Amino acid sequence: MSKLLLDYGSGGKASQRLIKDIFVKYFSNPYLDKLDDAAFLQEIKPPLAMSTDSYTVDPIIFPGGDIGSLAVHGTVNDVAMLGAKPKFLSCAFILEEGLELDLLETIVKSMAEAAKKAEVFLVTGDTKVVPKGAVDKIFINTTGIGEVLVEPAPAGSRARPGDVVIVSGTIGDHGLTILSKRQGISFETEIKSDSAPLNLLIEKLVKNIPEVHVLRDPTRGGLATTLNEIAGQSQVGIFIEEDSIPIREEVKGGCSFLGLDPLYLANEGKLILILPQKYQEQALEILKADTLGQDATVIGEVKEEYAGKVVLKTGLGGNRLLDMLEGEQLPRIC
Amino acid sequence: MNLLNQFKDAKLCKQVLAELTAELKAPFRFMEVCGTHTVAIFQSGLRSLFPENLIHVSGPGCPVCVTHEKEVALFFELAKKDVILATFGDLMRVPGPDKKSLKDLQAEGAKIKVVYSPFDALTLARENPLAKVVFIGVGFETTAPTIAATLKIAKKEKVKNFFVLCLHKLVPPALRALVVDPQLKVEGFLLPGHVSAIIGVKPYLFLAKEYSIPAVIGGFEPLDILQALYLLVKMKNEGKAEIINSYKRVVKTEGNVKAQEVLAEVFQPCAALWRGIGEIPESGLQLREKYADFDAFQVFDLQFPEVPPLKGCKCGEVLKGLIRPDECPLFKKVCTPQHPVGPCMVSTEGSCAAYYKYSL
Repeated sequence: MSKLLLDYGSGGKASQRLIKDIFVKYFSNPYLDKLDDAAFLQEIKPPLAMSTDSYTVDPIIFPGGDIGSLAVHGTVNDVAMLGAKPKFLSCAFILEEGLELDLLETIVKSMAEAAKKAEVFLVTGDTKVVPKGAVDKIFINTTGIGEVLVEPAPAGSRARPGDVVIVSGTIGDHGLTILSKRQGISFETEIKSDSAPLNLLIEKLVKNIPEVHVLRDPTRGGLATTLNEIAGQSQVGIFIEEDSIPIREEVKGGCSFLGLDPLYLANEGKLILILPQKYQEQALEILKADTLGQDATVIGEVKEEYAGKVVLKTGLGGNRLLDMLEGEQLPRIC
Repeated sequence: MNLLNQFKDAKLCKQVLAELTAELKAPFRFMEVCGTHTVAIFQSGLRSLFPENLIHVSGPGCPVCVTHEKEVALFFELAKKDVILATFGDLMRVPGPDKKSLKDLQAEGAKIKVVYSPFDALTLARENPLAKVVFIGVGFETTAPTIAATLKIAKKEKVKNFFVLCLHKLVPPALRALVVDPQLKVEGFLLPGHVSAIIGVKPYLFLAKEYSIPAVIGGFEPLDILQALYLLVKMKNEGKAEIINSYKRVVKTEGNVKAQEVLAEVFQPCAALWRGIGEIPESGLQLREKYADFDAFQVFDLQFPEVPPLKGCKCGEVLKGLIRPDECPLFKKVCTPQHPVGPCMVSTEGSCAAYYKYSL
């Protein structure tokens, strides 16, 4: 099996071959194929939304996705959360010497498929090969740019008392999938990552609903952290009903076993939608008509009291603070 | 409905809560001695539903919290040696000497690996035959059996580079140390379900017989906790002091005999240091002579370093149930989960962390 050599990052003929045989082969589109120093973009109108993210996930291939599809979905989703239509992506690879070329090809192919599904073009890129040990197999950075479709754009600071909080589906799937596949955790599960592009669904939402106050994807830090960010940015209290948060039984079971809280686990194909209560039914209808939003449900409401905080009403009817995560969730002792 | 949900059933819980409230004729002060109970009481929202005259104090039930500052200093010293330190994740953020944590040492280059089980630490030793892998053995009767089992495998396989720093603690001797303290005004104990699953009912009988304090072994779901508290209050009203096992679906009267045998084969009781309490005789576990080759204390010739007490930290008083976390002057001001001063703020199962995280 052929492996990646440092030569492939030299900028010389080996680099050219790598670009042509793997990247251009799968990413091919009129913007990229010119292979100039920069991509020439004409059909894009301001106001624009732009976002960047680097992907270092371990393991690089996991149930429901891989680092390539994640690198597309993650950035596409971030751009879309501004009520925008992502159009172009850049991608930069940092590759470890000795990486199997077949594996690289699998990842690149997966990225191309994800981009096609999300209706975005990968228009420019970069490849670096670093000595063994300098990175863990493959790191990918993607930057996305898109057209903002609505004015004013949804923002974390726009939640208002009287709004409802909707989540588009089950929580914690991606985080638990990754944790359960990490070395050192001998834990088998059928759970798959929810990694998916949300932009087309968001386009339907913002084009049909006159007022969308907040759109956020609860990635790292999970639902609880994202809700806290919104409560802080908007200076409102967010009241969540614990029993209404959709969580798969397998995720609940796995979390209970590992001592984790699903509300703090990452999601890569879910969105939080905050909007006036009068648009609740319309939003749910749009969400539920899409496979990515079929489990969408209202989980809470926005109030004036407890500004800056998230209050969780537990299944028993008690109230408690739902705080931000301090650092990473760590495995417990007993 | 699956088993997990049955014991969370809101209707049933409200019913038992009403019965508990009706039974409460005077203020009643109970202590739970397990961090998992502490978190369950807060996380489920039970605490906000308790009647006012049910006074809840948390005891020394979180393994990280009771780890003595000298023990912490000891594994910091060990981390600086040429070893791979394997640890449960909870210990990574505990502040040690010079306020650094194992996370800081890791960033500075110390080889520290978070593992989910001691078996993973043994695997680490097998995979790194040239390195010395030391597992930090903290925790109660619940964690000790898997460490004993791991050591039995290591001995059988003649693994030469796996060691355990044994800092295990036993719950019943700590309970005795608490009840003899004249300052402690606890009228009943909610006993730890997991620990009891290993040791059974017998080791607690002294609480009722010698000190006339009722105690109930309870599970961790809201209904388990409410049921246990109801039984405690009922015993008080009837003037009875007994040890009741209300977690029979998990805890057998005799406990887990196999686990007890493995424990006895590998470990023997010894005096142990408890944060905030001090040395308690027969409250720890050390490796028996035939496991001396695996004993980090002996192999690395370790001694507990002298450590000055933490200034202003009242974790000791919190652990003994003398003050509530929010009564500590450092709480939320100097001591936060981001910059924990004492161990009760570090561990997710610590009572200060639970107060900080869940109290509105």
